[in-house]
Amino acid sequence: MFTNRMFNILVPVISVLLGLLAGAIIMLSFGYNPISGYIALWNGAFGDWYFFGETIRQVTPYIFTGLAVAFAFRSGLFNIGAEGQVLVGWLAAVWIGTTVDAPMFIHLPLAILAAFLAGAFWGFIPGILKAKLGVHEVIVTIMLNYIALYSTNAIIRSVLTDREDTTDKISESASLSADWIMQLTAYSRMHYGILLALLVAVLIWFLIDKTTLGYEIRSVGYNQHASRYAGMNVGKNIIFAMVISGGIAGLGGAMEGLGTFGYMPAHSGFTNIGFDGIAVALLGGNTALGVVIAAFLFGTLKIGALNMPTGAGVPSELVEIVIALIIFFVASSFVIRWMLLRLKKEGK
Amino acid sequence: MSFLDILQSIVPIALFYSAPLIFTALGGVFSERSGVVNIGLEGLMVMGAFVGIVFNLTFADTFGAATPWISVLVAMVVSAVFSLLHAVASVSFRADQVVSGVAINFLALGLGVFLTKQWYGKGQTDMVSQPFYSQNIPLLSDIPILGSIFFEGVYLTSYIAIIFAIIAWFILYKTSFGMRLTSVGQHPMAADTNGINVYAMRYVAVMISGALGGIGGSVFALTIALNFSQSTIVGQGFMSLAAVIFGKWHPLGAMGAALFFGFAQSLSVISSGVPLLEDIPKVYLTIAPYVLTILALAGFIGRSEAPKANNQPYIKGTR
Repeated sequence: MFTNRMFNILVPVISVLLGLLAGAIIMLSFGYNPISGYIALWNGAFGDWYFFGETIRQVTPYIFTGLAVAFAFRSGLFNIGAEGQVLVGWLAAVWIGTTVDAPMFIHLPLAILAAFLAGAFWGFIPGILKAKLGVHEVIVTIMLNYIALYSTNAIIRSVLTDREDTTDKISESASLSADWIMQLTAYSRMHYGILLALLVAVLIWFLIDKTTLGYEIRSVGYNQHASRYAGMNVGKNIIFAMVISGGIAGLGGAMEGLGTFGYMPAHSGFTNIGFDGIAVALLGGNTALGVVIAAFLFGTLKIGALNMPTGAGVPSELVEIVIALIIFFVASSFVIRWMLLRLKKEGK
Repeated sequence: MSFLDILQSIVPIALFYSAPLIFTALGGVFSERSGVVNIGLEGLMVMGAFVGIVFNLTFADTFGAATPWISVLVAMVVSAVFSLLHAVASVSFRADQVVSGVAINFLALGLGVFLTKQWYGKGQTDMVSQPFYSQNIPLLSDIPILGSIFFEGVYLTSYIAIIFAIIAWFILYKTSFGMRLTSVGQHPMAADTNGINVYAMRYVAVMISGALGGIGGSVFALTIALNFSQSTIVGQGFMSLAAVIFGKWHPLGAMGAALFFGFAQSLSVISSGVPLLEDIPKVYLTIAPYVLTILALAGFIGRSEAPKANNQPYIKGTR
């Protein structure tokens, strides 16, 4: 028998396989060897310690944005604004990192907290608009993405610097990077953030599955009317879910600001960390463990792709296509379920 | 600079920036009125821009001065076909429409840049040799004062966009096709009971949005960007989506919103020469369209309400 639980595992696995298969077909049709293409991808992600470190570095913010989108999803909200929350979180972290002078045990937590609060505020706006006025959160978060992009750029250029395109480096006491990790991974940009990411994943799992608050959030996600009838404050839960979601995405920004880069450049376009978080959350079935696994997969694909042009001559954008197709397949899970059931019937 | 001079410099630029937004927003109106949310407008524009540029580069010698027009038509067809993916996923496969739209955006950009690298060996194409040129519109530009503001040094595409908006209004409000399309977005079950094929209507609506998004993207590429790269279309599709909502899902409203957004963009482009405006930091003008959209949604500028069945897959036989 196919249980629901099995479907929940099978659908993402089949989607990934179909996505990779489609990628192979595309490579074939353009005259590339798909096997050497995927080998190049694998080597680009795990071939040596440097690539391994870079992969983990990429996975770190994905875990955060994936968790952020997933957490909002559980309460029935689509936080497409993780991108903007990443940017404001990044800016807040770097702002504290460059301007405050304090010992590390104060400075680093303070910078991380600032990122969380900035992201949380960016999530609070769509949250309260949804709760009080019923405004659809998707549109508000999209608009806030652009407001975040242009405002952070303006602040970098005219407040944090004098018409420069990047901020100063953050001081050592706010940095997440560590010499021993860099030496171990042949000077990749891997940093302590991955530990924080895994810790937050555990916290989110606990919050959603083991607390009353999490129960209420899931309940609101399933059925707002029933939840209201049962005496839950739906509006409060919606705001809370968006605030936490935004805050987590803000932490993703802190990873870039305090770990990977150590500064913030003015962005000409989006970082895509937030948008990729949507894919991560979907593939991970909106559970904490699923998100961590999906983040590893997408991080691997993204970093591995960088090796595909040199390793096999394949443009790295192939991976973007594969990821888009995986999202399509997961979103169309209805059809995959239907096909699985058909296959099972015919097999009998 | 006199007031007239200012108008003379602002209006053509505003029209120039609005045209792609108007086309794409009209597409969004069709799709959303049939009950299919289209976050993928951005991706449809990317596809349109890509196809428009590639066709233009390839066939500039064959078609000469007619190339940009044919490029737009080809982009329209290809984007309409591309949008079928969104239709299949969100109408037939009952995928979450927002998620499917996000996938469209990823896919269009991935495909566009992948093929660009494949065909041109680098991340961006060359500049096109046959873009649209601004021109004085015969007869109309001879009208005193108004002629020089509205009809000198403008792009024909801007006026075609405005004509399209009027046609879209006519189709949606004055033809039975338009009425049916709207009814499918408001109450699909009632429409189905009355013998309207909900699935077919939604497929058609999504493909219209694909076609218009393709026009919008290619017009943007052939008037403003002039080549294709990763960063050709950055947010114009989402801005068009904002125009759909700001315009309350009405074609003329969407056109007005798009014109206003184009105006806001033109202000940030030419503000340095205009008294009063030059003192306002550019960022306020850049984010104005987005802030206004949020305010509009929140009901501070008239409440805008989405078609009732938006974002709900229709499953025959369920209540």
